[in-house]
Amino acid sequence: MLVEGIKSRPIYHPLEPKPGSRHILVADAEGAEAILELATKTPDGFWDKARILYIPRSAVGKGYEERLQALTPFPLYVGPTIAAAIPRLTKELSDAQMGTQIYLAGTEGLVGQAMIVALEAGVDQGSIQRDHRGSEARRVQCVHCKGITEEVTTQPVKCTHCGLMLLVRDHYSRRIGAFQGVCIDAEQPGTAPEPEEAFL
Amino acid sequence: MTTLDFFHDETFRDDFTYWNSPEAIRRFPFPFNEDKYMYSVNLEPHVAFKPGSVFEKSFDVDEHYVSEMRDRALVLQEDPLRCQSLPHMNMAGWDLLELIMTKKAAEYPQWFELHQDGDRWRWVNRPLDIDHTFTFLDNTTLPYGPMEYIMRQTQGDYAILDQRDNNLWMDAGMITTQADWSLDFDLGMNFMEWHGPVPLAHEMGIFDRALKFLLNVRQGQPARRLNWTMTVNPRLDTSPERYAKWGTDRMDVNADNVGQLMHLRVELQSFWRLPRSNALVFPIRCYLISLQDLATIPKWGRRFHRVIRDLPDELADYKGLTITRPYVIEYMSQFDDGAPTSPGIFADDE
Repeated sequence: MLVEGIKSRPIYHPLEPKPGSRHILVADAEGAEAILELATKTPDGFWDKARILYIPRSAVGKGYEERLQALTPFPLYVGPTIAAAIPRLTKELSDAQMGTQIYLAGTEGLVGQAMIVALEAGVDQGSIQRDHRGSEARRVQCVHCKGITEEVTTQPVKCTHCGLMLLVRDHYSRRIGAFQGVCIDAEQPGTAPEPEEAFL
Repeated sequence: MTTLDFFHDETFRDDFTYWNSPEAIRRFPFPFNEDKYMYSVNLEPHVAFKPGSVFEKSFDVDEHYVSEMRDRALVLQEDPLRCQSLPHMNMAGWDLLELIMTKKAAEYPQWFELHQDGDRWRWVNRPLDIDHTFTFLDNTTLPYGPMEYIMRQTQGDYAILDQRDNNLWMDAGMITTQADWSLDFDLGMNFMEWHGPVPLAHEMGIFDRALKFLLNVRQGQPARRLNWTMTVNPRLDTSPERYAKWGTDRMDVNADNVGQLMHLRVELQSFWRLPRSNALVFPIRCYLISLQDLATIPKWGRRFHRVIRDLPDELADYKGLTITRPYVIEYMSQFDDGAPTSPGIFADDE
């Protein structure tokens, strides 16, 4: 379970089929499970209008690619990283028309970044569904140097860019798609506690 | 108060030459109306009252104006992202420029003039030596966007909130004197989201009530409230962006210097509905006073000691007192003889 009570964090729900002219589904790692569960609820013809983008990441070798490909007649896109998949998603969105539905599932990093791309492409927020699956690792923006540290599982964490030890706050920006990291030992430099696993 | 000598030449960083005149101390917006503190919505109509107080004018201009604008320019030079406006907020920026120029020209005619000839406007700002003619609603006739242009001439941080879906959205702002929040991070958030990190208040229903009130603020009927925190040194730019640079200030505080170094930082917040955009503008005007200056008002010395001594621990952390609180309590105790204090925020002899 994700930590509750973070006001700025998105609210996640299981994916539900919605009527649409096209369905764009984006998932990473265990996010594939959310799409497979969606498939048990979809009406006839749904997958003929669907495009699936999948980034296996930590779930590589678990066979999700084959099961996702079996859902749709269109070739499954399999990307090596989120960053590599973003231009592909941007293209899919630019080809999309009114009535396109977006389904995002997986890590918060994937969901957050895909959400930004969709909003920038002009997709209405009400046409985007989000479900969180798998790792609770956080994407963290250092408030000092603005660098993003990916896959953060510890508290505190060292900024991979400026090297400051950051407290990961329970404060999330949809626009940036990241949690906020603030120097933890600014008052007494060198007194940062040892990082401990916090977001698994 | 009509000459430009009124304005101090002072700094809010490095050598910290900031100082308050006796008049500025007397008009300081002391935020505690009783001997204890807890969150409250504490909103009231922003109407002119008490001549000479910070509540008299729509947008208070005080002896720190010129130097504060210099400090803002330094902040923006280093980090332009302290001023941001999402594309749909341009009209709100013009609304705000109009509101401030008309109010200042009317309320401080010795310093500001606005001459409107249709869309051609001439703006004179004597303290900052500006005499500029531009076309209203034409961005190309200003050296910055309309919000940034007027904010570089106005004390205090400003958040401009778009109103839609029964919520307020932080979609533009000029934030260079903030108490520990980042405009760059919070831009685009709604009211509940950007207040997410504040302890206790959500559970108390404070934000639900405040939002309901703010959604209903009408044009020409502004509201205001006071908020407060503590800052070491008269530093305006206590941004999280630069926290690693100023965080160590707190370690400088000791029993001998606490009266000079620790400052009560009070925000006079007001809320204004803008006419064309229907946005809500939220000025957050910061006033700083050292504890030794605060204690020159006997009522405030007594009361401040009691407030800090009895503050819940979670609030003490949030108000920037984690390390320094014992020094503050010890220092302020010498001004508290146990005598009762009168109700209200103003000094007794006024």
